[in-house]
Amino acid sequence: MTKRALLLLPALLLLGGCESIMPEPWVQPYERHYLADPIMSFERDPVAAGFMNHVYEAREAARGAEGGSGGGCGCN
Amino acid sequence: MVVTKEFRESYYALTKFLLFSVFFVSTAKAAVLPEERLDTLYHSYSGGGVTIDGPSILVRKNIGNNVSLSANYYVDMISGASIDVQATASRYTEQRDEFSVGADYLVDKATMSLSYTNSSENDYQAETVGFGISQDFFGDLSTLSLRATYGSDDVMRNGDEDFLGHAEHRRYSLGWSQILTTKLIAELSVETVADEGFLNNPYRSVRYLDPSSALGFSYQAELYPTTRNSDAVALRAKYRLPYRAAVKTEYRRYADSWGIQSDNLEFRYTHPLESENLILEGKLRFYKQKGADFYSDLFPYVDATNFRARDKELSDFTSTAIGFGATYLVPDRWALFDRKNTLNLYWDYVLFDYENFHDVRVHNGGDSVLPGDEPAYNFNAHVVRAYWSMWF
Repeated sequence: MTKRALLLLPALLLLGGCESIMPEPWVQPYERHYLADPIMSFERDPVAAGFMNHVYEAREAARGAEGGSGGGCGCN
Repeated sequence: MVVTKEFRESYYALTKFLLFSVFFVSTAKAAVLPEERLDTLYHSYSGGGVTIDGPSILVRKNIGNNVSLSANYYVDMISGASIDVQATASRYTEQRDEFSVGADYLVDKATMSLSYTNSSENDYQAETVGFGISQDFFGDLSTLSLRATYGSDDVMRNGDEDFLGHAEHRRYSLGWSQILTTKLIAELSVETVADEGFLNNPYRSVRYLDPSSALGFSYQAELYPTTRNSDAVALRAKYRLPYRAAVKTEYRRYADSWGIQSDNLEFRYTHPLESENLILEGKLRFYKQKGADFYSDLFPYVDATNFRARDKELSDFTSTAIGFGATYLVPDRWALFDRKNTLNLYWDYVLFDYENFHDVRVHNGGDSVLPGDEPAYNFNAHVVRAYWSMWF
């Protein structure tokens, strides 16, 4: 019985006003002018960032987790 | 049935997470396609007796409101003689051509992407295909991305037409980008890579003590395991300062089944000079690595271990990099095709300092240094990126 109740809990919460357990997005779209500035992107220019990742990967044993611009160049 | 407090808490947390995800996936607003742009780069790496340079051209163009196509042509022209070549081979010149195409398809808040890369050298052919998906949610404060790639390589050896090795590479990555405040954004990246097949360089040798040799040592071919599994996790954050400038910090931890472990840390400072149409950038990067279990600068005798390597990239070493660069926003009166154009110049200086890779070139001068007593090797490199970018 307890098991069945636990399985039903998500559905009940979904139907019964789950807003109470979820935080609201705390930065509104109109508050993102600083973040929209190009200087705030992790890598502004993919062609240049991809090259630096290639330089590191060719001379260091570590590979992966470079972020959006890296990984999988198909070369050793 | 007894339900422990821990189970209840973890179950509640999981339920909350799932509901949270479902709710925000369904209510977040649409994502956007990447910017349409053309980048023309000249790159150069010069250090350790080797120069590698060439062009890279990247173009990205949208078709309609949902599809973005990209293509990249990249060339490495390699010349010179690294320390390995100076010790055991002759100078050489070669070229690597890499061609990539990609497509992104935007569906509401999700972007799906496909990519194909072909890399070609006279003794190495590689093909990689990739699939990725990313999703904005939680009011666009969060972006979750998943990516998988599969690569297939053919390895040849010049001067030995009978030699053909094959390797496969599988990469799986997960990224979580999160806006934390109006001035702070962070990203968590995790990537696991599985390699299988012929993974060593067919030209490279290890050295071992050999009393019958005049120098006291001889060389034999490297031999690597045929599998390698690695995991990397990185956390990076960018913060907008009280004035118009930004600082970035990044930490990455890496470990693999060959016993290699590494950490790297990077700091970057970006400072625009609006009146001069300039964006200046400075960078510091530190990398420290513990080498592979089967690496040795000098093995005690021939066939001393099951696997053997003397590739300095698999040794214990540190590298330190300092970099500076500038982006110049071309004024409207000079802008090509009346578009936004930038001219960019970035320079990095990297010092590689090896702990257990010795400089055997001391023997070339006839010095009577005992094998293993040679000085540790180090070198510095200059890395230049000069490029022009234009937005359509």
